[in-house]
Amino acid sequence: MSAAEEVVAEGHQAVEAVPKRAMTLGTGTSLVVLAALLVVPMFVKNFIIFQMTMLLIYGLAVLALNILTGGSGQFSLGQSAFYAVGAYTSAVLMEHANVNYALTIPISAAICFGFGYLFGKPALRLSGVYLALATFALATAMPQLLKLNFLEHWTGGVQGLVVTKPDAPFGLPMSQDMWLYYFTLAVTIAIYIFSVNLLRSRSGRAFMAIRDNEIAASSMGVNVALYKTLAFGVSAGITGVAGSLGAIAVQFVAPDSYTITLAISLFLGMVVGGVGWLPGSFVGAAFIIFVPNMAESISKGLSGAVFGVLLFLVIYLVPHGARQVAVLGQQLVGKLRKN
Amino acid sequence: MPAMHVRLGAFSAALVLAAALSTAASAQKKYDTGASDTEIKIGNIMPYSGPASAYGVIGKTEEAYFRKINAEGGINGRKINFITYDDTYSPPKTVEQARKLVESDEVLLIFNSLGTPPNTAIQKYMNSKKVPQLFVATGATKWNDPQNFPWTMGWQPNYQIESIIYAKYILKNHPNAKIAVLYQNDDYGKDYLKGFKDGLGAKAASMIAIEDSYEVSEPTIDSHIVKMKATGADIFFNITTPKFAAQAIKKNAEIGWKPLHFLNNVSASIGSVIKPAGFENAQDIISSQYFKDPTDAQWKNDKAMIGWNEFLDKYYPEANRADASVMYGYIVAQGLVHVLKACGDNLTRENIMKQAANIKEFEPAGLLPGIKVNTSASDFAPLSQLQLIRFKGEHWERFGEILSGDVGG
Repeated sequence: MSAAEEVVAEGHQAVEAVPKRAMTLGTGTSLVVLAALLVVPMFVKNFIIFQMTMLLIYGLAVLALNILTGGSGQFSLGQSAFYAVGAYTSAVLMEHANVNYALTIPISAAICFGFGYLFGKPALRLSGVYLALATFALATAMPQLLKLNFLEHWTGGVQGLVVTKPDAPFGLPMSQDMWLYYFTLAVTIAIYIFSVNLLRSRSGRAFMAIRDNEIAASSMGVNVALYKTLAFGVSAGITGVAGSLGAIAVQFVAPDSYTITLAISLFLGMVVGGVGWLPGSFVGAAFIIFVPNMAESISKGLSGAVFGVLLFLVIYLVPHGARQVAVLGQQLVGKLRKN
Repeated sequence: MPAMHVRLGAFSAALVLAAALSTAASAQKKYDTGASDTEIKIGNIMPYSGPASAYGVIGKTEEAYFRKINAEGGINGRKINFITYDDTYSPPKTVEQARKLVESDEVLLIFNSLGTPPNTAIQKYMNSKKVPQLFVATGATKWNDPQNFPWTMGWQPNYQIESIIYAKYILKNHPNAKIAVLYQNDDYGKDYLKGFKDGLGAKAASMIAIEDSYEVSEPTIDSHIVKMKATGADIFFNITTPKFAAQAIKKNAEIGWKPLHFLNNVSASIGSVIKPAGFENAQDIISSQYFKDPTDAQWKNDKAMIGWNEFLDKYYPEANRADASVMYGYIVAQGLVHVLKACGDNLTRENIMKQAANIKEFEPAGLLPGIKVNTSASDFAPLSQLQLIRFKGEHWERFGEILSGDVGG
């Protein structure tokens, strides 16, 4: 418990000076990033577009965890379970009920929100590392639950389900990959704006009050139980959307895709990106997608060890992750301007 | 400046001429992405890390084998450029790596990617891209489906072929037996079970006294064995992975249940199953095999085995020679070399599949005597023969003739 809270509190101190804007990027920077995200796919290969799509998808999942941990101070190692539920919801609806892929996404969000909210209820009694353990149990159980015999008719058991990739609508002259990228980008932007507003709203302030001091928050009249479960629900819902998009982009769901390793990767992405700094989620996602590939190209047999060393370096040099780098950059720019 | 222009013009004219000449000269040579006069790019995906990392040895053996081929001059003068990636046995990662191989590295084909879920994840993609997914490293039966997936081909004898062979043996020699089946509750276990029931045909319902399944996550399967003994079955078909197979053999001996024991070849390893279970407990167990067990003393002076040892000494000295995966990789790599040689100078993806579906009586070094690789336009199961083996003393003894049973997915 103490260890967990320390990390959050530590992360919090660095942003104390500018609480409202600390969780986001400035308008100018945001627009530049957005323009890059819009333009780049027109000039690169389909494979790169696919990787960018995966980047956005994992970024969403890390963002969801960031709202939960960076926002409300709760820990979760069970995000892979929500991701799996989202992925399977989309896959089953698309393949068995012929539902349009775009429609499956709000359905996944709703189902995962409910699932996360319900899971958050009993988990409320736990905090810090104990909560992390409870969610860990969820993550280990999920792949096995998906293999259950009576669900096999729907889930395809261990064989998984193959999902058909959607074509661009209205006869747009776009490859499937490119269309899916822009679709994912639109969803990502919507969710990002929603998250930023959520954290700036009354609910967001309640989340952060709970994160900083639960007792103080409750004595100020914040309904701790409600907001904690709400944070869980919102986080699960967003993770579910990421899962849905992931299933459509990868075109395949199987229990082996959603093991505890995924949950740990997402957690890692959050820490590398900077706990509580929303844009960092996407930097974290880039880390968990590209760094293992880099490690592999350095040494095939020792890829795990190389990855470990790289991770250690990042944590040692910039313990607050990408946010720290961004803050340093900002200060540097500020100094240059003064001169 | 004008002089410069003239020179440029002459230069480009020469270029055009040269290009025209070279196309004329290479009219016989046809290439798809990934092949050229000097190089053939082959992609591969293996679980070098993660839960199935023990199989990563296969990729390393293949890499070593292609190094040997390149050192000996390559294939029709072309060097093999073997690009192998880690997917940690996670299907989304497999998709990423397969797309990287096809779209970024631009390989000619993907060879021997490992595992049923990872290969299922990329099958549709590979077929829509029309890139060969050749000789996949999984025993599932569904890879033999040329009608729906003409760009995907299996390699090893699949699970159903094997259990059909056991079923045939039982019908012939023990037609009135009562059979107990224990299987792992996943695609692999169910594939075996299906083949077994198909093999027994109409008699399956009356002969099988009990079919019991276990989960990989169970620590021990002792209770299942006790339950099966209670049915009074006199034949036991053991569809388990190595750890559980050793447990079953041990428990059988402990509680004094002595049925005729069929063990799937997944667990036929002496080093990892029989030895830990105890040689005295494993006598007379029947299994099947298609390649030579390197730990078996009878192959000590065998020509293929000597060649294998020389290859390992020179190109992969750190290999564990008791590991069956090393032999597996050695054999399947020979399969790819055979196909590439057969393609000659026509290295198009279409021709690769055509040649892969036209292997006749090919005998890579390391297979049991009499077992051959055969394919056709309607048979995408290259290896479909096995020989029964029985455990005697401290090693497997082959008996009976080479058996086969082609089935499709």
